[in-house]
Amino acid sequence: MSAPLLTIADVAVELPTPRGNLRAVDHVDLSLEAGRTLGIVGESGCGKTMLSRAILQLLPKKAKLSGRVMFDGQDLVRLAPESLRRLRARDLAVVFQDPMTSLNPVLTIGTQLMETIQEHLELDAPAARKRSIELLAAVGIPAPEQRLAQYPHQCSGGMRQRIAIAIALSCEPKLLIADEPTTALDVTIQAQILDLLAREQRRRHMAMIIITHDLGVVAGRADEVAVMYAGRVVERAPTQALFKRMHMPYTEALLAAIPKLETAPHTPLPAISGRPPDPTRPLKGCSFAQRCRYAAGRCHEAKPELKSAEMPGHLYACFHPIQMAEGIGA
Amino acid sequence: MMQLAVQNEPLLNVDNLVVEYGLGNKTVHAVSGVSLHVARGETLGLVGESGCGKSTLGRAVLQLRRAKSGRVLFDGEDLSAMEGEALRKMRRRVQLIFQDPIASLNPRRRIGDIVAEPLIIAGVKDAAERKRRVHDVLSAVGLDPDLVAGRLPHEFSGGQCQRICIARSLVLNPEFIVCDEPVSALDVSIRAQILNLLEEMKARFGLTLLFIAHDLAVVKAVSDRVAVMYLGRLCEVGRSEQLFAKPAHPYTGLLLEAIPVPDPDVRPAESVAIGEPPSPIAPPSGCRFRTRCPRADQRCSAEIPELREVAPGQFAACHHPLA
Ligand SMILES: Nc1ncnc2c1ncn2[C@@H]1O[C@H](COP(=O)(O)OP(=O)(O)OP(=O)(O)O)[C@@H](O)[C@H]1O
Ligand SMILES: Nc1ncnc2c1ncn2[C@@H]1O[C@H](COP(=O)(O)OP(=O)(O)O)[C@@H](O)[C@H]1O
Ligand code: SF4
Ligand code: SF4
Ligand SMILES: [Mg+2]
Ligand SMILES: [Mg+2]
Repeated sequence: MSAPLLTIADVAVELPTPRGNLRAVDHVDLSLEAGRTLGIVGESGCGKTMLSRAILQLLPKKAKLSGRVMFDGQDLVRLAPESLRRLRARDLAVVFQDPMTSLNPVLTIGTQLMETIQEHLELDAPAARKRSIELLAAVGIPAPEQRLAQYPHQCSGGMRQRIAIAIALSCEPKLLIADEPTTALDVTIQAQILDLLAREQRRRHMAMIIITHDLGVVAGRADEVAVMYAGRVVERAPTQALFKRMHMPYTEALLAAIPKLETAPHTPLPAISGRPPDPTRPLKGCSFAQRCRYAAGRCHEAKPELKSAEMPGHLYACFHPIQMAEGIGA
Repeated sequence: MMQLAVQNEPLLNVDNLVVEYGLGNKTVHAVSGVSLHVARGETLGLVGESGCGKSTLGRAVLQLRRAKSGRVLFDGEDLSAMEGEALRKMRRRVQLIFQDPIASLNPRRRIGDIVAEPLIIAGVKDAAERKRRVHDVLSAVGLDPDLVAGRLPHEFSGGQCQRICIARSLVLNPEFIVCDEPVSALDVSIRAQILNLLEEMKARFGLTLLFIAHDLAVVKAVSDRVAVMYLGRLCEVGRSEQLFAKPAHPYTGLLLEAIPVPDPDVRPAESVAIGEPPSPIAPPSGCRFRTRCPRADQRCSAEIPELREVAPGQFAACHHPLA
């Protein structure tokens, strides 16, 4: 096994708010090798975006970041701004939920693509143009030459996301972070965009992080899944192992809440009641305790640490894990 | 539990509805001859990709957008022919819930006032009566009226805002609600809560629903029957169980394949990668799905397929339906 491209060690992000310090990311450890895909899953507000912004060093100014983000042998947290800017432009790329976040509404698609390409790849204008057309074709845009002259508002949401992906890929990044890249899109377009990301990831041997609130999105597409809750990673496992035998009640609940095609109409969905805890308030026990159907005893008193399950690479943070093999567990 | 008698006469009858938008000197063919009905106490799901005309259809049913031709019969009366006071009276009986819960609440008004607004418009003058009814619907949707009534929308999450929108739509005791993608903007766990809430409200208030979404699994969870729409036309209509078990229209098949399955052993089907729908400004001749359909042939570009019964209670508009 090669050394990981990305290693996040003990990363925490705090944001000052009028109500007090908000723990957006609460001491997270993760690692990712080149050519592999990590899925990060969790409800809205659980810290997925803040974690990805911590990796990219793109946090809000007032945010307090601690821990280490080792990327390709360097700690991004301690890197000088100029080196960081260069690294981010060349090796790190991001695709957001709303493609307009990364597209400029007043520039044509061609201008935006060619600018990015020329900045990073030192190509002359004709070569950059040729490369732009290739990229647009690669992300499945019909008649790419005509598209170059168009503005983002002349494209559908799915098209815009494809273009945002083309721009993200244009500098041949080593790591691509896709933050809910399909949440705003239709199911058919969602499937196409996810296929596109997977194909390009394989072809370029990139590392990729897919962030989503839908376990269905990562099931067939990530090598490993990290489930986040209230700023922490609460379960982490190779995808097959996770779906075969999940140990966290939270992961089970997230999966159960997805409407299934096999279920008869009007069957009540097993929803998770309530909301995640207020991240500005200190919390004594397990952060999921208020909503967990297995909560008992210690759950309200102490914080469960992340620990190894019977399968290699499978970690969970729970006092009463589910589906444990005989004799292992709490 | 009280069982609602589903009567024979449909509460809503949409007959050959055509809705168009002008765009410069061009015409957007948003809804091109849609007919459907919704029985009393029934939920009809309406699915289709972005831009296929679902919201336009929903808005035309409520007469928020007037149709170019066709009729909308509500409880036997032709809404498309109604104006003024008669239409306003009728509108109390039909309500709309939107996709973006936060954007559909006025950010400067307190929750209590937002939910009371339909009552004021409907002419309920007694303030105590309004307060009581607002209190009742807020509790019904699972919010504590004393805690929320005085607060502003930005103090609430997306899921809570959707509860508030549902409360507002219920306050006039409507019979029929068009739910336009009520859960598309919500994450998995809140989505399940809101879907359950809609089902509860439906049973409790005896509602009839037109439920619009683009996710078939979401639609199936709440619908008795499902209508599949593509580029302004209906492709297929049938009972939920039947339509999902044996889709007859190739487009329904494609939508089913596109649903992400939370099982790593099910490899996502690459076959769904067949591009985006064509422009509704110049829809394809014949069958509008033919540019993306793997079964398309000569006949499909020459002849518009009509909806016809392919199995008892299941209708598809296709020259070569799936076996
Ligand atoms: N600029 C900010 N200032 C203060 N708090 C913030 C800021 N951005 C995010 N937060 C808070 O940080 C926590 C984590 O936010 P984050 O956006 O990372 O979650 P997420 O999982 O991506 O959620 P979503 O799906 O809603 O985007 C949340 O409690 C959020 O309200
Ligand atoms: N006010 C408008 N002017 C011009 N075109 C419109 C307008 N509203 C909707 N459309 C177009 O009509 C078609 C159907 O839109 P809509 O009913 O919003 O679909 P959906 O709700 O399924 O996304 C789309 O092509 C859309 O761009
Ligand atoms: S530690 Fe307790 S409360 Fe937390 S997830 Fe496990 S069982 Fe539930
Ligand atoms: S009519 Fe032809 S093009 Fe249309 S769905 Fe059927 S087979 Fe496909
Ligand atoms: Mg986010
Ligand atoms: Mg719509």
